[in-house]
Amino acid sequence: MNTITPLSNRGRTWFQALADNAQPVNTGLGSVLVADATWRGERVRLLAIVPDPQNRFPRARHGELGLDEGWAIAHHVREAIDADRSGARRPILAIVDVQSQAYGRLEALLGIHMSLAAAADAYATARMAGHPVVALIVGTALSGGLLAHGDQAHRLLALDDPKVVVHAMRKQSAARITRRTVAELDELGKTVIPMSYDVQQFAKLGLLHELITGIDADAPSTAQVAEVKERVAAAIADIRKHPGDLTSRLNNPEARVHRAASIEVRRRLAEQWNA
Amino acid sequence: MHTTHSDNPITKERRDRFLARQSVIEMRARERARAILDPGSFRELLGPFDRLESPWLPLQGIVPESDDGVIVARGLLAGKPAVIMAIEGAFQGGGMGEVSASKIAAALALARGDCERGKPILPVLLLETGGVRLQEANLGEAAVAEIHAEIVALRPLVPVIGVITGMIGCFGGMSIAAGLCSYLVMFRQARLELNGPEVIEQEAGIDELNASDKHLIWGLLGGEQRYETSFADALIEDDVTELRQVIQAQAARGVPARHRSEQVEEYRRRLASIDPADPPDSLALRRIWPKGEMP
Repeated sequence: MNTITPLSNRGRTWFQALADNAQPVNTGLGSVLVADATWRGERVRLLAIVPDPQNRFPRARHGELGLDEGWAIAHHVREAIDADRSGARRPILAIVDVQSQAYGRLEALLGIHMSLAAAADAYATARMAGHPVVALIVGTALSGGLLAHGDQAHRLLALDDPKVVVHAMRKQSAARITRRTVAELDELGKTVIPMSYDVQQFAKLGLLHELITGIDADAPSTAQVAEVKERVAAAIADIRKHPGDLTSRLNNPEARVHRAASIEVRRRLAEQWNA
Repeated sequence: MHTTHSDNPITKERRDRFLARQSVIEMRARERARAILDPGSFRELLGPFDRLESPWLPLQGIVPESDDGVIVARGLLAGKPAVIMAIEGAFQGGGMGEVSASKIAAALALARGDCERGKPILPVLLLETGGVRLQEANLGEAAVAEIHAEIVALRPLVPVIGVITGMIGCFGGMSIAAGLCSYLVMFRQARLELNGPEVIEQEAGIDELNASDKHLIWGLLGGEQRYETSFADALIEDDVTELRQVIQAQAARGVPARHRSEQVEEYRRRLASIDPADPPDSLALRRIWPKGEMP
C-alpha cells in the first residue's frame, strides 16, 4: 500500500490566481473547480482537479481523476462548447496537478476508462470546434490524469519546478510492472529521455510548447502570476494564428531529434498507403 | 451474438458449429488481420522488412521487433476497403511504444484523409495491450494521446470499430481509446479496464483488489460483464467467422448519433445513482445498468 503524500494545493492555488476572483461555476463536486475568468475582456474557462478529502469515492480523495471527475470535466467543457456554438469560442485552460487516475475495485466495476474517455473526448471536441485549448502543468501530471485532462490541448505548458512531474505511471508501480527497482528506473531516466520523471528532460521531447522558468509554483507572487497568465495568453494567440491538431508536437526542433521515429513512421506510412 | 447457455441445449448443430470454430485468440496479430480481411486482399504497411523498430528498447538491453508489435494492414472486408490496426500482445504485452502507437495514429489519420476525399475505408482496431509501454513512457503516452485525437476526428466520418479479443485484454491509455470507439466488440476471454489489476493492487493494496483472483477480475472487467453493463456493444465467441460477421454488422449500423463517450448526462445520472458506501457487486450492476439501454 502506498504511503499518502501530503495533499497538493497547487491546482487550487493556480486556479484561484488565474481566475481573478471570477465566480466559480457550481460543479457539485469539491474536487472539480470551474470558472470563467475574464482576461482582457475575454472569457477563459478554467478547469482544475483538486484534492477533496470528503470525496464520496474514497479512492479519489487525493486529487486523483476519478469516476465523477472525468464525467464532470466532460460536462463543463461541453457546456462551453454548446454555449459558444454561435459566437466567439472561449479559450479553455486545463490547470494540471493530477495524482493520476483513481485506482480501485469500484472504479473498475463502474468503468473509469469511460470517464476518462469522456473527458479526453470533450477537450478534443472543443479543440476541433475552434476553442483554443491550453494545458498548464503546475504539479504532477501522471498517467491517465494527463491523458484525460491536458493531453488533448492544442498546447502544453509547464512550470519548471522540481515537483512538476510528467509520466505514464507512478514510479513504484512502474517499477513493479517492469520488474525493476525504483533506483534502476531513476538511473535509466538519465539516459533514456522518455523514461525520465524530470520536467527538464520531458521538455526535450518536443511535446511542450513552453517550459516557464523562475516561478514559485507553490506560492507565486503577483508578478509571477501575471507572467504565467501572459505566457498562457501568448499560447492562446499562437493557437488562433496556427490552429489545427496535435501536429505542433511533431513540427519543432526538439521533436525532430527525440521524436524522429514518430515522424519517420508518419512519412513512410503515408508513402505506402496508396502504393 | 450473445446467447444464454441455459436456454440452449447442446444440439448436434451447436456442437458442429463449435467444432468448426477457428480461434482468433490463438492467432498472432498478423494472422488475425489476414483472417479478418477477404482472402487475398491483405496488404501490410510498414511491415517487418521496413525495419521500423523502437529506438528506445535497445538502450535498455531489450531486443526490439521489426514491426514494433503493431500490424497495419489494408484490404477488403466483404468487398469494401478496410484498414486493420492489430496490436501484438506477445511482444512487450502489447505495450504501446513510440513506433507502435505512432503506426496506429498515422493509419487513423490517413483513413480520415481518405474518408474526407470521399473514399470511405473502415477502421478496425484489435486492442490487445497493457497500455503505454513503460520503457518508452512519455513518448508512448504522447502517441497514445494522438490515437485518442485521431479516433475523435475520424469517427464522425466512419464508424471506428474496436475489438478486444483476449487473453491480455485492453488496459491503460488504450482502454480510453476503446471508450472512444464508435462500437466495441469483446470476446468472453477479454478484459477492459483503465487500470491493470496488478496496478490496482500495488496502488490500493491487496484488500482493495487481489490481482491473482481470476474469478473476481473477470467478474469486474471481463467481456461478458462489460457487455451486460453496456460498456461494449457485442459479445462474441472466439471464432474468426463470427468476428468477421460482427464487425460487418457493427459497421452497418453507421455512425452513431452520439458516441458512448458523448453520452455525458446519461452516464452522470447512472453514476449519481450509485452509493459508494453501499456499492453494487458485479451481478447487481447488471440489473441497474442493463445492456441495450445505451448508446
